[in-house]
Amino acid sequence: VTRFGIVQFPGSCDERDAVAACSRVGEARLVWHEETDLSGLDAIVVPGGFSYGDYLRAGAIARFAPAMTAVADFAAAGGPVLGICNGFQVLCEAGLLPGALLPNEGLRFVCRQVDLVVESAHGAFAAGLGPGERLSIPVKHSCGRYFAPPELLGELAERGQIALRYAPGQNPNGSVDDVAGVTNEAGNVLGLMPHPEHAVDALTGSVDGLRLFASVGAARERLAAA
Amino acid sequence: VKARVLIRPKAGILDPQGKAVERALPALGFEGVREVRVGRLVELEADDPEALGELCEKLLANPLVEDYEIELLDGAVS
Repeated sequence: VTRFGIVQFPGSCDERDAVAACSRVGEARLVWHEETDLSGLDAIVVPGGFSYGDYLRAGAIARFAPAMTAVADFAAAGGPVLGICNGFQVLCEAGLLPGALLPNEGLRFVCRQVDLVVESAHGAFAAGLGPGERLSIPVKHSCGRYFAPPELLGELAERGQIALRYAPGQNPNGSVDDVAGVTNEAGNVLGLMPHPEHAVDALTGSVDGLRLFASVGAARERLAAA
Repeated sequence: VKARVLIRPKAGILDPQGKAVERALPALGFEGVREVRVGRLVELEADDPEALGELCEKLLANPLVEDYEIELLDGAVS
C-alpha cells in the first residue's frame, strides 16, 4: 500500500481533499509544516491553498518551512513529490522544479474545468498515462501563469520535463506554451496548477485526477518487480 | 542600517497589474501615461548590509522573473 504524506501549512486549504484523494488509492496522513520526520511515507503531496498568506509571492515563504527541508531531502533521494497549485508554486520557489508562476494574464481568479494533454509520461505520477491522452481536471487560481525563459523552456521540452499542457484553446492563465505541469529532471517531482484531488469522484464530473495518485503505486510496483 | 529594496518585474515579463493600472488611467482623465509597471518596495533595518544581496536572491525577489535594487539609506545604491 502506498502511504502518502500531505504537507499542511498555515493557509493551506486543499489538504483535506488531497488526503481524501490519496485515501482512495492508498493511505494518507497530514504532515504539519513544522514536522521534519517523513519516515514511513512513500510519496509527498504539497497541496493547494495560500500558504502563509502568499505574502511577498505565492509560495515564497512556505519554502522555508521545516517540512520543506525534509521534502527536499525526500525528493533528492528519489521519493515522489506532487505539488498542486500553491504546492507547485512552493516547489518552484524552493528550486525543486524549474520556472516560476506569475499572476494570470487576465488578472482574474479562474475557476473552471479544463482539458489537459499528457505531453510526457515518464515521471512517477504518469505511470499508466500515455502521451496525447486527455485529462479533465479543474483549475482554480489567480497566480498560475507558468513562465520559464525561452532557453530553459527548450531544455525542458527536450528532456521531457513538460508533463502536461492545457488543451489547445483552453489555456486559462497565459502560461507560456500552454504549460500546465512540469517535472524535475529525474521525473520524481511533478508540479501542476490544475487540481487532480478535485477530480476523483464522478459526482463532481471527472475521475481523471485519480490516475495521477494511482500512478505512484503503479510506479512503485514496477520498480519492485524490476 | 536602514535600507529600501525595490523589486520589479524583469524587462520583457508581462505585468498584468501594470496593464490594469494603465488601462484605468484614461477613465480618470489621465491621458498619455504608458509603460506602467508595478513592483514592490520593502523597507527594512539590517545589522549587516552585506547580507542584503543574498537575502534578496533567496527571499525578497525571485531572480528568474524579478530584478531588485538595494538602497542603503545613507544614499548608497548597490
